[in-house]
Amino acid sequence: MVIYGVALLAFCLLTGTLAGDVLGRLLGIEANVGGVGISMLLLLYFTSRARERWQLNELSQSGIAFWSAMYIPIVVAMAAKQNVAGAIESGWLALFAGVLAVVVSFMLTPLLSRIAHNGAHSINDELEEHQ
Amino acid sequence: MELLTAVLVKNGLITAFLLVGTITALSYWLSNKLSRGVIHGSALAIAIGLLMAYFGGSYTGGSRGLADISIFSGVAVMGGAMLRDFAIVSTAFGADTRALKQAGWVGAFSVVIGVVLSFVVGALVAVAFGYTDAVSITTIGAGAATYIVGPVTGTALGASSEVIALSVGAGLVKSVLVMVGTPLVAKSIGLNNPYSAMVYGGLMGTTSGVAGGLAATDPTLVPYGAMTATFYTGVGCLLAPSLLFFLVRLAV
Repeated sequence: MVIYGVALLAFCLLTGTLAGDVLGRLLGIEANVGGVGISMLLLLYFTSRARERWQLNELSQSGIAFWSAMYIPIVVAMAAKQNVAGAIESGWLALFAGVLAVVVSFMLTPLLSRIAHNGAHSINDELEEHQ
Repeated sequence: MELLTAVLVKNGLITAFLLVGTITALSYWLSNKLSRGVIHGSALAIAIGLLMAYFGGSYTGGSRGLADISIFSGVAVMGGAMLRDFAIVSTAFGADTRALKQAGWVGAFSVVIGVVLSFVVGALVAVAFGYTDAVSITTIGAGAATYIVGPVTGTALGASSEVIALSVGAGLVKSVLVMVGTPLVAKSIGLNNPYSAMVYGGLMGTTSGVAGGLAATDPTLVPYGAMTATFYTGVGCLLAPSLLFFLVRLAV
């Protein structure tokens, strides 16, 4: 049943968001800490287990796949509701701060990625040596 | 005409589906005809979305872009945080858990670096524009992280509403620029594998920016970037009003 996939997805998002809110509360801040990330880990956990145990059938899987395919259209709608006029009209200070933050972050991406990649490879090498 | 408007308003979400479908069709057509697929259809669709948001916002003076025009109010539901997060989570289905495990620590590391880096840049710009009090400098620095960290920090520290508005502005500029800029720089920053996507998500941090930027670049990278980006605002709200504010106060 398609709804099983959709319901599982809903369960993961609600549980993850709740966990993120609780985490934020525990840290004493008014923000959700990693709710979407926790939801994704939950979904990965359930779907990989389900494949072995109770097998989410193809129809149920399509309930998740549909939303995954709707991702880009939803992002287009998200773009259309951004406060772009506000961003442009907020003046030079905001413009400079935003643009420079993005440029510097873009520039640092390849450097840290290399560390991530090398780190991953050395872990792989170690695992292979152990085997 | 009146009747048509009434139907469109009453079925707002459905109208949004039709609108986005039309934008997408137009974008893919333009992408094929004009750029022969060099500029990706979805990148173009997001750019058109932002452009419409600009016109919608300047026309109505509201803060929700196109969604402030009543017949397009459904865009706010379709593109709101609820469905956005639902769709982001669904992209994790079938993601490579090995990459997440292996690069997890670099991802976490990049979130902290990303927050501090954007904060420092924002704070320096604030100083360059003549701000000398620690509260304002911290709030604007926090806004350069995301447009949520800015007001949360500003409210906690008691910044003026003018400074809080500036911090939101900086965050908005960042998120729009990440959406538009990512597909353009993706190749030169090596954004083509799960590892770099995790680092990228952690450094950028703006959920909407990362979601839009990766959608326009390579949708298969979305789960990895979103995974780290989702921790960014929380870490920012944690660090900015406490440790970072303390350091700024020492410096000025």
